[in-house]
Parts: sequence; structure tokens; C-alpha cells
Amino acid sequence: MGFSCALASSPERPLQASVSPLSTKGPEILFNRDIRPIFSEHCYACHGPDKNKRKAGLRLDQEEGAFGKLESGGFAIVRGDPGASKLLQLTKTLNEDDRMPPAKSGKRLTQAQVTLLGNWVAQGAPWQSHWAYLPAERPHPKPFPSAAIPSNPIDGFILSRLARERVKPNAEADPVTLVRRLAFDLTGLRPSPQVVAEFSADHSVAAYGRLVDRLLASPRYGERMALHWLDLVRYGDTEGYHGDQHRNIYLFRDYVIRAFNENKPFDRFTLEQLAGDLLPEAALEHKVASGYNRLLMTTQEGGSQPKEYLAKYSADRVRNVSAVWLGSTLGCAECHDHKYDPFSAKDFYSMAAFFADVKETAVGSQESFLIPTPVEKEKWDELERQKTILQKQIDTQTSELDASLVNWQLISTDWIILKPAVMTSKQGAQLRLLEDGSILATGTNAYKETYTITVQTRLQGITGFRLEVMPEPSLPKSGPGRGDDGNLLLAEFELAVAGKTVEWLEASASHSQDKQPSANLIDKKLDTAWGILEQVGQTNEVVFETKEDIGSTAETTLTFNLHQDQNAHMNLGRFRLAATIEQRPVAKAVPKEILPILAAGQAEQSQKQREDLAKYFRTQSPILEPVRTNMAAVQKKIDELKGKIVKTLISESTKPRVMRILPRGNWLDESGPEALPDVPSFLARLETGGKPATRMDLAKWLISPENPLVARVFVNRIWNLFFGQGLVKSLADFGSQGAAPSHPELLDWLACEFRDSGWNLKSLIKQMVLSTTYRQSSEETTRLRQIDPYNMLLGRQARFRFDAETLRDNALAISGLLTERIGGPSVKPYQPAGYWALLNFPKREYEPDKNENQYRRGVYTYWARTFPHPSLLAFDAPSREECTAERIRSNTPQQALVLLNDPIYMEAARVFAERILLEAAPQPESRIQFAFDQALSRRATSSEVALLKSIAQRHQRQYEDDPTAAAELLQIGERKAAHWMNKAELAAWTSVARVILNLHETITRN
Amino acid sequence: MEPFDDARMELNRRAFFRKSGASLGALALASTLNPGLINAASRAQGTTSDAWTGVVKPLHLPQRIKRVIHLYMAGGPSHLETLDYKPKLAEMHGNPMPESITKGQPIAQLQNQKLNCFAPQHAFQHYGKSGQHLSEIFPRLGEMADDLCIVRSMVTEAINHDPAHTFMNTGTSISGRPSMGSWLLYGLGSQSEDLPGFVVLISTGAFGQSQPISARQWHSGFIPSRFQGVEFRSKGDAVMYVNRPKGISLARQRDVVNAVNSFNRSRHHIVDDPEALTRISQYEMAFRMQSSVPGLMDIGGEPQSVLDLYGTKGADGSFAANCLLARRLAERGVRFIQLYHRDWDHHGDLKSHVKGTAAEVDQACAALIKDLKQRGLFEDTLLIWGGEFGRTPMAQGSGRDHHMKGFSIWLAGGGIKGGTSYGQTDEFGYHSVENIMSVHDLHATILHLFGIDHTQLTYKFQGRDFRLTDVSGQVINGILA
Repeated sequence: MGFSCALASSPERPLQASVSPLSTKGPEILFNRDIRPIFSEHCYACHGPDKNKRKAGLRLDQEEGAFGKLESGGFAIVRGDPGASKLLQLTKTLNEDDRMPPAKSGKRLTQAQVTLLGNWVAQGAPWQSHWAYLPAERPHPKPFPSAAIPSNPIDGFILSRLARERVKPNAEADPVTLVRRLAFDLTGLRPSPQVVAEFSADHSVAAYGRLVDRLLASPRYGERMALHWLDLVRYGDTEGYHGDQHRNIYLFRDYVIRAFNENKPFDRFTLEQLAGDLLPEAALEHKVASGYNRLLMTTQEGGSQPKEYLAKYSADRVRNVSAVWLGSTLGCAECHDHKYDPFSAKDFYSMAAFFADVKETAVGSQESFLIPTPVEKEKWDELERQKTILQKQIDTQTSELDASLVNWQLISTDWIILKPAVMTSKQGAQLRLLEDGSILATGTNAYKETYTITVQTRLQGITGFRLEVMPEPSLPKSGPGRGDDGNLLLAEFELAVAGKTVEWLEASASHSQDKQPSANLIDKKLDTAWGILEQVGQTNEVVFETKEDIGSTAETTLTFNLHQDQNAHMNLGRFRLAATIEQRPVAKAVPKEILPILAAGQAEQSQKQREDLAKYFRTQSPILEPVRTNMAAVQKKIDELKGKIVKTLISESTKPRVMRILPRGNWLDESGPEALPDVPSFLARLETGGKPATRMDLAKWLISPENPLVARVFVNRIWNLFFGQGLVKSLADFGSQGAAPSHPELLDWLACEFRDSGWNLKSLIKQMVLSTTYRQSSEETTRLRQIDPYNMLLGRQARFRFDAETLRDNALAISGLLTERIGGPSVKPYQPAGYWALLNFPKREYEPDKNENQYRRGVYTYWARTFPHPSLLAFDAPSREECTAERIRSNTPQQALVLLNDPIYMEAARVFAERILLEAAPQPESRIQFAFDQALSRRATSSEVALLKSIAQRHQRQYEDDPTAAAELLQIGERKAAHWMNKAELAAWTSVARVILNLHETITRN
Repeated sequence: MEPFDDARMELNRRAFFRKSGASLGALALASTLNPGLINAASRAQGTTSDAWTGVVKPLHLPQRIKRVIHLYMAGGPSHLETLDYKPKLAEMHGNPMPESITKGQPIAQLQNQKLNCFAPQHAFQHYGKSGQHLSEIFPRLGEMADDLCIVRSMVTEAINHDPAHTFMNTGTSISGRPSMGSWLLYGLGSQSEDLPGFVVLISTGAFGQSQPISARQWHSGFIPSRFQGVEFRSKGDAVMYVNRPKGISLARQRDVVNAVNSFNRSRHHIVDDPEALTRISQYEMAFRMQSSVPGLMDIGGEPQSVLDLYGTKGADGSFAANCLLARRLAERGVRFIQLYHRDWDHHGDLKSHVKGTAAEVDQACAALIKDLKQRGLFEDTLLIWGGEFGRTPMAQGSGRDHHMKGFSIWLAGGGIKGGTSYGQTDEFGYHSVENIMSVHDLHATILHLFGIDHTQLTYKFQGRDFRLTDVSGQVINGILA
């Protein structure tokens, strides 16, 4: 079998093949073209790659299996002998019970298909391997049917085929259509009227070539190409699961735009994303690129099981990398061998194992990597240097400190227990005074609660108070809190004397749980609290020093309010109040681990205890106060600086997790064998010289010249961008269930050309758009429509609605609102209020941008995966939860509502109207022509002029009669209306502009 | 056969048929690609409305129902306090769950914690002639017990909210697949000319954490977005972008739409673009929605007796108001109506919270059944009440954790055997043990009631025929009348 070039493996499909299967005699039957699709659709579920589901010992996706002996004896297929071929008997039999495929599969061969199989066997059953897995070898360009046509090899392939089918291709599109098509295709934006005028005047081949170069050099080109790539790699600004929290990753998006603009070779682009962090010379740029491995959806949902999510993340990565680079559905082999393609479950887990080294958090927020600018880096280093010096001072014990520590240990505080006069609770808890002066709460344990304790005291000159929280057997986990876990969350400790709130100097605690410090008790905020989670079941205390002494000669009434406001039923269970009249400063609460050291007495302390005590003392000693203050100031500066530094997710390699083959994809079952990083076994092998394979090896394998899929898959997607559909229609599936290429030689020629050019994308695109095929008009002749309704032959160009972002960009560009700035944090266009109301953890308010960010290109839109921007969603923008190779192009009422009513389109119409009034001559006809020129690059017809003119006049009269309506209309949007314009006139011309922005023609690529 | 996606085919079949002389050969080609196209095509020729009426032609089976109202109790209601009474738990309260039951099972928030039994927090009663056993926290629903079929043997495959919702709605926890409402629209189309065929309403209760719900839950995934659910909201625009901007009167909006349509029509004459024609009909539909949606949402015209029946004062975004809207949507031919009520995640304080949340839905659920009955809509409407999973028989403090191995739902309406129950969990309410019903089974049964064989409603994506029930699912005849 001659597989030396793909020509032999996958010849062009005759146009009529899909209409009526080949007749019994006649042209040669080719396995890949004619037979494999029948097998794949009807047989592979039971006679395909999945060894566990395979019946009768028959495997029809591989040559050996197809011609091998059946379990039952005999052969399914005997070359040249239909009578001996069991497969034919069973497909033909009238006995329903025996017939293949079985009735319960819901599939049935047509008579024509059965005949075709018979003829194939009769012809000797020639076999071919699947076209996509054979190496792509450069076919010879085709001769041109007509010498008059410029020699672009693409046209040779297309035209020779058209000639064979006796179809005449369309003529070249008119210059205006062409220049618009080219500008939209290459930059996603319309050509300026000036460019249109220039090209209309000179649309020679040379002028066209210059235009192509100019557009490819535009920074807008990178933005346009990035849209497609970001869909593939599922770029989003949020995590995707459950709370869908924000993530820092926009630098990756900017990297992609920059890569396209700089025409980074695709092999390098691939390598940097998959393994940029592993490059020996890895710079920040490469680390940012390696953020690719972090684009998957992650969760912070409480109660998620880490192992389950690590399994999900592995599968997510396998699905994406195989879809993006291999155009394969390897993800289908998670639970079993693939049903249609030769991927085994082992291949799936081996692919997953490449990514097992990527450092990540299974459940929780992902740690971002700081990307400081050189200036920021310098500042940061300096602060760290200062910090080191200060820390050294704090760590050094001096004789002065020693002396001070001796004295400090002699101080003790006398605490006088306060006896409550009245105890009340706001939500109805019962408060009971125990013998030791502590208070026990029972009964209702409300969501939130405030205890009010009133004390009459004759103490004078009170300098501090103490709150003890104490365990009690009747409380959950013995308390001291009433939370299920024994914890408490106290929001504020408030004291009023004679109606006046007492000011605190400080609150120090013997223990505070993580992120719930005692300072929260006196910050006057009810949404922060103090807790003791790690020391449930033990006594702890908080000491509060007052700003001024309390208590005079007369009796003083102290009113304590203990606010518990965390909505968590975590109220105090048992607690006790005390006061002191010691001199200031009041000794702070001492951590529990220090108490035994103090109790031991200075003479009995061990060396270790002395050191621990000294260490603690240095954090408290007034001697070191200035150093500590400096330290705090430096730390604050560092924190502030870090807050300003841009963060992003990158790949960091760590010790790889053990990857096991999970039986039936069940993450709870760890009985499967370990899978080491490896590429699918039926494709070219990976050579690592015995070392474990890495992401770098995977990337290099993908971009090696031997890889049959990567170049084909990618050029096919680029073709799709410029011709409206791929040469292989199934952009994401090059397997046996995918479509066969309509022009296999062209596909291989493009793949080879791309690969051999050094993966030069701009050169590939230029080749495509310079072709006559590209430049054809999109008009459908009746004959073309009848014989080639799907435009398989490319006898015409395609016509389709713009992508969501392009559509919006275009409206902004026409109006003049568009801000052309590359990169930066994602932006927030107007969005209907409350659209994010269903988000939680945390709840979020959507704040639309108020500056020129409102008018940025759609590629910069904040991508909230669980709630993608509704205006873009209406036009089929994907959620980017999974790889999207091809966006659906639907046509729905919601789209009409968006274009009619979304404030951005209203604002664009009004600003466009301002331009019309300002820049066009004042006659209505001139204004309308100006508007058409701007938006559609053409003259309006007389009937179009008449209709728009009548709307302008009628609406102007209406707005003159109803100035409020005009004023309201002009207020829509952040951009202020030109106040010096006649409001009614501007509002009326806004109507005209709205009509134009809503036109099918305006939103269609032609 | 070429694996074209239907979106493109839809476009192309318009290219085919917009001129009346489509050849038989072309029609045959279209039908080999997609059997539904012949019907779609003939409709496209006959009418201007461009309404989608589905690919299942003819129906595989007799049709029992025309629409679904899915009362989606988001957060995971405890089956043990609502529909599945387990005296054994009361007996074992505070004692460890037998390890034989919990060993090797996935656990959510109770990972590494003691697994102790937790008694049912509310008593149950027998209601109606059928003696259905329901919790006392559903007194009004109890009055309708003879209409309910309670399924006590549900199982699902995901233990956290997000994937469990995705599984309940799409039959898989992997994102990007069509939700069941989208499948139905794709299969059958809608009977509504001026409202979307798949409508989502959401209410939030007052008892506990409001778990997030993603728009993924009503997304159409890889099938065209015309089949995706449309959220109707009680605040702001009822449907996003449906209200005219300020300063645009109805007449002026009409002028703009007329002009756009007129331009598109003449554009079509020049360049012969079928999408331009479709766009015209979509602008007409959009224009109609600008009055039909506010008309639908304005329940002020309902008599006081009806408002009282549901227990709502008006359109306040409550579950009760949404139930009333569900009936109005049902009357208008909407195919799939999904009402989320999202406060059933009771990790703590279960006793009071489950009672509170039940009280938020009890009367309205009962009212909806009564109201549909008195309007003759009950017989061809399927009501489904349930969450994405149930809750553990084990205590999580004063509440219960997520649980996927056994939980309960109820169904009522067309084709459903009222006054019965189906399936059982073990004596702890942990594992479904008798007549187990999976989410795929539920989906298969819903499609069955619509006259669709769940194995035959497929959509080819990435080379595979996907279906709502993935590779499993059985019609549960035991709940069918």
C-alpha cells in the first residue's frame, strides 16, 4: 500500500458521494473515503478500539483485527471472497436476531451501504490507515487550468478540483467587499473610509498585497487572532466552579496577543505555553506563557474532596491539550478505551501524567505569582534588606533586655472579678451567674446575639479589663463557645460608662485563631471577630487597656455589650469579667505557652525556657518598641508594594503526583497501575533517553516534524477563520468519527508549508488571503447552490455573522468610541443590574468601567465563566469552561434585543449621530450618505435615503414635542452628549444610527 | 456521513429551501443528514415565522405531557426531614453510623470527622386517601398527597453543589453539555410564539447560605444557543435587554425595527442571503417579547383569590410569585419552566432552617397543583420537585452534610401515578436499595412522557452522538400511570 503521501491515503471525496453512495460497479472504492465511515458509525462501538467492549474478537479499526480469525472461527472479511466473508453475511441476513448491527444499537445499514461493503470485499478489500495519523508529506502543486490566474498554489488545488466537477468559481469580489472582508478577517475591524477609497482607486494585485502586509502589521491583528486562541485554551478571568472567584491571569491573554503580533513561530508558541517554565532560560515572559497549564476550572467549594478534584483537573488538561493540538477526543478515554479512535485509557492517564508536576491547590484559592517591573523589583529588594536588618535587631538579646526581663517577671496584675448586676441577651439566650463569677449561656443559641452585662463598682482608677472565656462540660466540645465546634466568634467588646463609650488602647489575647486577631474586638466593626478555634476546651483571656482611668469616688455603672454578629451561632458559652487598677501599662495577656515558664520562677527556668521567654519578651519589651514600629512600617510598605505588583498564575514544577489509571474513571479506586508520562502509543514514540518524560518532552513531540496531527489541525482552523469552514469540517475531531478533508492534498500542502516555513503564521495567512479562492465573491449562483449547497468545493467565499466581540468592536469603531489600547486588566462593559446576583462566596457587585475602558475591544472583556457577559453570550460567545474550536453562529431574538436595547449600542448610536451631524454636510441626504460610508463603505440607495430621512424628520418632530424623552435618550452612556447640539435633532439622528447599527449587513462578514 | 453540526445545517437548509423549487435530491440529502430537516424545511417554506418545532418527527412514542415545571430545590433538601422518614436514626441518635455503611464512601464536609447518626428533626404524617408519608413541615402539600408520586431512591454522581447541579441538569458533571430544557427544545420546539421555550425563574429564601448557581445550568452547551434557557428576573429587566431604553417610545422602536426589517428584506433581494430573512423574523419575535414579557410578569391582573391561593402579594421574586408565573408560562405554551429556590443547604441548625425553607415553598407548590388542575393543565404538565442531592443521615453539628447515595423527589401531573411512592433507602436513609432511580433514569422518564425515546434524541459533537442520558438511563415505568 502506498502511504508515502497523504494523496493515496485520503483522496478527495467526489461531490456526489454523500448524496447517493457509490453504485455497485464503477470507480475504485477507497477504504478511508468510503468504508471507514460506515464501520466507525455502525461497528466501532463493539468492534473498535475499546478492548473491553469488543465482541466476537473482531476489531475493524485496524487491519490485523479486521482480517484476523474470529473467536467463533472463520473470518469477517476474506479478501476478494464475499461469500466467505461473515461480515457480509451478517449485514445482509434477513434474520433480525442475527443481523449486524444489532437492532438494539438503533443503527442500521442502508441497502446501498451493504452493497458497497460487498463490492469493496470483491475488489480485494484494500485497507488504508486513518488519514490523520499518517505523516503529512508535501503534495505537488496542481497545474492551473487557466494561465490567466496568478500562481498561488492554493488555487491550483481548488481550481483543478472545481474544473473536474465542471463548476465555475465565482469572480473576484468587488473592491469594497474585498477590502472590508480583508480588514475584518485580519484585524477584526472595518477599514477606514480612507483605506476603502484608496483601494477602490487602485485594487491591483500589488495594491492588494500591500494592504495585506499593512493589516498583518497592525497591532489589531494580534487581538483578532487571540480571540480564537483564547477560546481554544479556555481563557477566563474566574475559576469556573461554584463561587467562580476571580483569578489573576490577564497577563497570559496579553502574552497571546503579543505572540501573534510578533509572529512568534507556532512551535515556540506551543512550547512556551506547555513548558515555558522549564526552559533553561525561562524569563518572566515564558513563565507567564506557562500559565496555559493553569487555565482550567478550579474550585474553592467547601467539602470538595481533593482527590476527586485533582482527577477532574487531570482530565480537564487532557481534554484541552488533545483538543487544541491533536484535534482529538482523548478525553473520551477517561473511563474506557476510546470507542472510535485508537486511544486507550492508559494513553489518557499517560497524557495526564505529563501535568502531574504542576503545582496547584486541589481545593481552595490558587497562589498567584508576582510579576514586578524592574523598578518595583528594586524597591522590593531594598525593603527586604531593611527588614533583614530590623529582624536581626529583634532577634538579638542584649544585657539591657536581660535586665528589663528580670523586672518584668516580677510584675503581676491583680484582677478583681466583676459581679454582674443585670445580665440580658438580645435574642433570648439564658444567662446564668455561676459561683466563680463566670456567666453561662444556655437556651436559645441564635444566629447572632448581643449580651449586655451591667456591673456596679466602687473601684477607682480602673486601667484595664479582662475577659476570660472558659470551658464548661455542657457546652459543645466543652466550649467555651456555643458553636458546633466549641468555638466562639466575638465581634466587639464594648463598654459604656454613663452613656459614653469607653475608648480602648489595646486588646491583647492569650490566643487568637488564624485571621481572627483580638484587635478585631476593638475595631468598631461588626463583621470582624476574635475566635480561639485551635484551643477549644481551654481557658483563654483578652486584656483590654483603657485610654483613660475609669471610676470615681461614687459608684460607677459599667455596661458591657458583647456583640456576636457572625451569623454563625457561635456565641459565648461561658465567660467572666474582671478589672484592674494596676499602674499603666497594663500587662498584656500572656500566651499560654509562656505561663508555665513564668510559673517556674526565674531560678528554676531551663535554658530553653529562658530563651523562649526572652524571645517572647522581645516582642513586648518597650525597649524594642521603636524597632518593632519600624519593622511594621517596612512590612506595610512591602505589603502595599505587593498589592500593586501584577500577579498571574504560572506553572511551577514540583515533585510529580503519582498518576494511576483509574478503573472506569473512578477516583476512589486506587487499584490501577501507575501511569508514567507518555504520548498515545499508536503515534510516533517519545524518546527521552530513559529519563522520565516532562511537559517539555510533550511540547517537543507535538512540534516535531513527524507529528501528523498538530500542523494539520492548526492550519485547518486558520482556514476556517478565512473561509468560514474548515477543509476538515470537524475542527475538533480528526478521528474516525470526524469529517474527512474536502481537499486532502491542499490540507497536507498547507500543513507542510506551515511547518517548513518555520511555523510562520503570518506567511500562512498571507498565502491564504492572496489566493483567488479567498478573493472570490460570496454570491451563490443557482447552479452552485444546487450542486454544492455546503460549499465543499469552495466555488465561492463564505458569508457569516461576526463573532460577538467583533460585532461590538465594529459598532464602537463606527461611532468613534473605540479605545485602541493593548493589554491590561480585563474590562467591564455595562451589564444588566443584578446579573451576578446568583454568585456567592463572596457576593459581588458588578461595577462597569467608567472611563475609556468601557470602549475597549471585546477581547479584553472580563470573562466570568459562570456568568459570561450576557451581551456577548447572546451572540454565541462561549463560557470558556471547555475548549471551543468553533463557535456556533445562531440567529435569535435575544440578539435583536441586545442590538436594540443594550446601552452600549444606544450610546454608540448616539455618538455616531454626533459624528454624522458634525462631520457631514447638513442636508439629510449628505448625512445619510456619510453614515453609510462610515458603517457600510457604500452609497445608500435612494429608497434607503428616503426611509431614513423620513425617520429622522418624524422623530425630530416627536422629540421637539417631548424634550424630556430626548434628554433621557441622550443621557445613556458614560460619554457625555455634545451639549451644544440641538437635542431633538441629535436624538432623531440617533434613531437613524440605530437602524444602521442593527442592519444584517452591518453585522455580516461578506 | 458528514458530521455537520446542526447549526450549520440549519443555515444551509434555509439556503436550500428558500426558493420553492428545492429538488428532491437535495431534500433527500438533507434528510440523510438529519431526518428532522424535511419537516423543518417544509415549515420554513410554508410560514414566515421560522419557529423551530423540533427534530423528533414523528414522535417515537405517544405523548403524555406537553411541558415540565421543574421545582428545583437548590442546595440539597434533606430527604430525612421532608419525604423519607427513618425511625432508626432517632433510635441511634448520637451513636456512630455503622462503618459497614459509610466505609469507602465519598464524604464532603464531614471528611475526617466522626460520623454519628442524627435523628429526624421533624415528625411525619400520613396524608390523603393514599396515606402518603410526608413531613409535618409540608401541611399544604400534604393536602395534595394523592397527586404526588414520591421517589425515595434517587442517586446522583456528584457530592458538591456545582458539579451536582450540572449533573442534574445535563446528565454529566463536565461543563459544556446541553441542559435538559435545551434538549427538549431541540427535540420538540416550543408552543410559544412570543416567549422563549425554556424559562428559568430564581428565588432566594431566608434560611441559610445561598449557594451560587451558574448560568451553565440552563445553557445549551454545544447545541445552538437558540435552545438555551432564558432567565426571567423579578428585578430590573424581566428578560435582559427586553425593555426599551429611556427616550425610546414604542412607536419609535417600531419605526427602527420596521426600517431594519425593510433594509434586511431588500438586502436579501440583492444578495440572496437567507440569514437576513431569519433575522427579520427574529426582530419581530424580539419586538413581540417587549410586550409579551412584561405582560407575562405583570401578575397584578390576577384576582385576589389566586394571589391568596399561592400566598403571594405580587411579583416580589418569591418562590410563591414564581409558581404563579410558572402557571402563566404554562398557559402560554412554554415547554420547560425551571424554578430554582436556593436555600436548602442546611449544614447547621437544620431543624429550624428546613422548616423555614419548607414553609417558603409548601403553600405555593400545593397551589400550583390546584391551579393547574382547575385550568385543565395538570394532565399534560409534569411537575418535578427535588434538589441536586440529599443530606447525610449523619450529623454535621446541628445539620447534615451533602449526600448522593440516596435522596428523594416527588413528581406529579401528566402520566404520573399519583398517591404512590417508589423505591426505598436503607433503614438509615443512606443508600438507595430498592428500585434505584438515577438522574439518567429520571431524564429518560421525562423524555418518555414527551414521547421521545431517550436513546434516539442525539446530537453529534466531536464525533460522538451525545444524548441527555449519556450512555445509560432507563424509563422508570413504576411511576407511570
